[in-house]
Amino acid sequence: MEQARSLRLMLAAAGGALALGGFLALPPGTAVAQQKAIKIGFISTFSGPTAVIGNDMRNSFELALDHLGRKMAGLPVEVIYEDDQQKPEVGKQKTDKLIESDKVDFIVGYIWSNVLLASLKSAVDAKTFLITSNAGPSQLAGELCSPYVFSTSWQNDQTPQAMGLYMNQKGVKTVFLIGPNYAAGRDMLAGVASTFKGQVIGQELTKWPDQLDFSAELSKARAAKPDAIFVFYPGAAGVQFLTQYTQAGLKGQIPLYTAFTIDETTLPRQKDLALGVPGAQQWVNDLPNEQNKRFVADYIKKHTGSRPSFYGAQSYDAGHLINSAVVAVKGDTAKKEDMRKAMVNADFKSVRGNFKYGNNHMPIQNFYLQDVVKDQDGNFVLKTVATIVENDQDRFHDKCPMK
Amino acid sequence: MIYFIEQCLNGVQLGMMLFLLAAGLTLIFGIMDLVNLAHGSLYMVGAYFAATFVGWTDNFLLGVALALVATLIVGMAVEVVAMRRLYGRDHLDHVLGTFGLILFFNELVRLLWGPAGMTLPLPAWLNVAVPLLPGLFYPLYRLVIIAVTIAVALFLYVLVMRTRLGMLIRAGASNREMVGALGINIKLLYTLVFGLGAALAGLAGLMQAPILTVQIGMGENILIVAFVVIVIGGIGSIRGAFVASLFVGMVDTIGRAFFPDLLRLILTREAAATAAPALSSMLIYLLMTAVLVLRPEGLFPVSNR
Repeated sequence: MEQARSLRLMLAAAGGALALGGFLALPPGTAVAQQKAIKIGFISTFSGPTAVIGNDMRNSFELALDHLGRKMAGLPVEVIYEDDQQKPEVGKQKTDKLIESDKVDFIVGYIWSNVLLASLKSAVDAKTFLITSNAGPSQLAGELCSPYVFSTSWQNDQTPQAMGLYMNQKGVKTVFLIGPNYAAGRDMLAGVASTFKGQVIGQELTKWPDQLDFSAELSKARAAKPDAIFVFYPGAAGVQFLTQYTQAGLKGQIPLYTAFTIDETTLPRQKDLALGVPGAQQWVNDLPNEQNKRFVADYIKKHTGSRPSFYGAQSYDAGHLINSAVVAVKGDTAKKEDMRKAMVNADFKSVRGNFKYGNNHMPIQNFYLQDVVKDQDGNFVLKTVATIVENDQDRFHDKCPMK
Repeated sequence: MIYFIEQCLNGVQLGMMLFLLAAGLTLIFGIMDLVNLAHGSLYMVGAYFAATFVGWTDNFLLGVALALVATLIVGMAVEVVAMRRLYGRDHLDHVLGTFGLILFFNELVRLLWGPAGMTLPLPAWLNVAVPLLPGLFYPLYRLVIIAVTIAVALFLYVLVMRTRLGMLIRAGASNREMVGALGINIKLLYTLVFGLGAALAGLAGLMQAPILTVQIGMGENILIVAFVVIVIGGIGSIRGAFVASLFVGMVDTIGRAFFPDLLRLILTREAAATAAPALSSMLIYLLMTAVLVLRPEGLFPVSNR
């Protein structure tokens, strides 16, 4: 009897730990009550293993505000940061809170496609502008596109599509795909398969985000004997994957191609494991435009010891996109249609170089091949190698009813 | 065939990893009757210590040894400061108290080491794949994990079953007051047992660190699987934990390796690819349910409780 009771208790306890494990202190919002201010809600992951991404996004967004003099059209800006804990249900809750109780004018952020998809309806129904500065699920580019949603990143498929094109250039004939089993993971693998001309001889989706040991999948990939492995693992999972791929002795055997697996948030831990592993991206820290030089230089100055990632670059752009809308209506954020028209023009200096919006409010932009190199101080940095594709538009824009 | 052997090795390695964690958990529960949710925090602390000490000393083995000692000390300190207040209380109080410790340790680690996480890189001599059979390469480090765990299992067996200290531990598990009345310092004994459990958790954490990354909350998900292991094995039984760990490791790995292909026979490729990871991660819980139905006390019930 005692035994059975203990068992039940322990199971309940284990369940409790699972449910509450992500509970951590939230960073306080920088809320300053002011009468007429532009209110922006910012949702990202600020706790747990991927908090480093959220911090980079926040740092970059704050830097954008610094560069704007912390005012838009002469009005002060108030930003409320909320932690989604990388969970769709929490993200939706926080989105609702920002809309209903904080009554924000804009919601920015969203790292994870599944969090964005869960939160999307709340923003669209409330006609609150949502600027996704990372997640780009295929549904959002297609049937779920909305006049109130803009992206300063990409549609998920686009980056791996560029990688597929690069693999064609390299003469890869067979590939094995590995990625996490959630909205973005499925998009990424479909994206690479859509442009890759060779044969996809295997595909593995792993449980997300808690599966961290990829030994079974790596064994499978090795047994399939492909020319190359393509992988998508954002955040800390990318460090784990690269470590295990190297430990399994695959690094010399089967070359690796990646999307969103190596970036400035993971490189400090991937180090030389990432050398020689190519990735694709719409923004690289060395892109030679003035806006980008200023962004990167000031970021490094303000946050000594860290470098901005593409997550940050997209959030920096989001700050400027919002500013362009607010300036166009001279601070009268009730004029939603005018703000929408202003944002469609993408009339601001993007750190990736200028881009256009498609009918679905997704950027039409270039994708670059990036490589990892050691700079003169011995740091590992990303560097642009080539342009893979110019003015690329996502493959779902036809499904979007907006013209 | 080689592929099958490789996947079996993966399963064994995962099982061994789980055993290191489950052994400490079951030891503490079986002997001290204490539900310790903070076991995963000690796993995390072990990994952070290892990453730090290896960085300082620039010597993998020395750093790991220091980390083990440090985790042992942290474990004993936790016992003296917090756990002592919980003995003899309801299990729900244990859950509440040790859950508080999880939050405490997560925040402490954030303060000391920052939120970004660390890595524990392997030295070059360990970071290779060795040919076991023609065409079968396996990471040397994962083989080392298997070997170390078997050594730990033997050590535990000898310690608990063949030494005077082990006899006292077993006696303390049967009747705490009587052992105390016979002039044994039962408090010190419990502190030692808890420290040993903590060191085992720390060992699991630092062994796993080079494969995964060192980060806040790293012990929470794996702790749930460790609970599954000790429920299957029989609470308090180290032998049970060993067998159950192997079971769970194999079922999980073999499930992930072959289940998607089986599903493809009955579902479309797309549906199978999406459903397989979800279903295969359920397998260990199905295994646990089956064991609970057939043998509610676990595979190796401990009779003296």
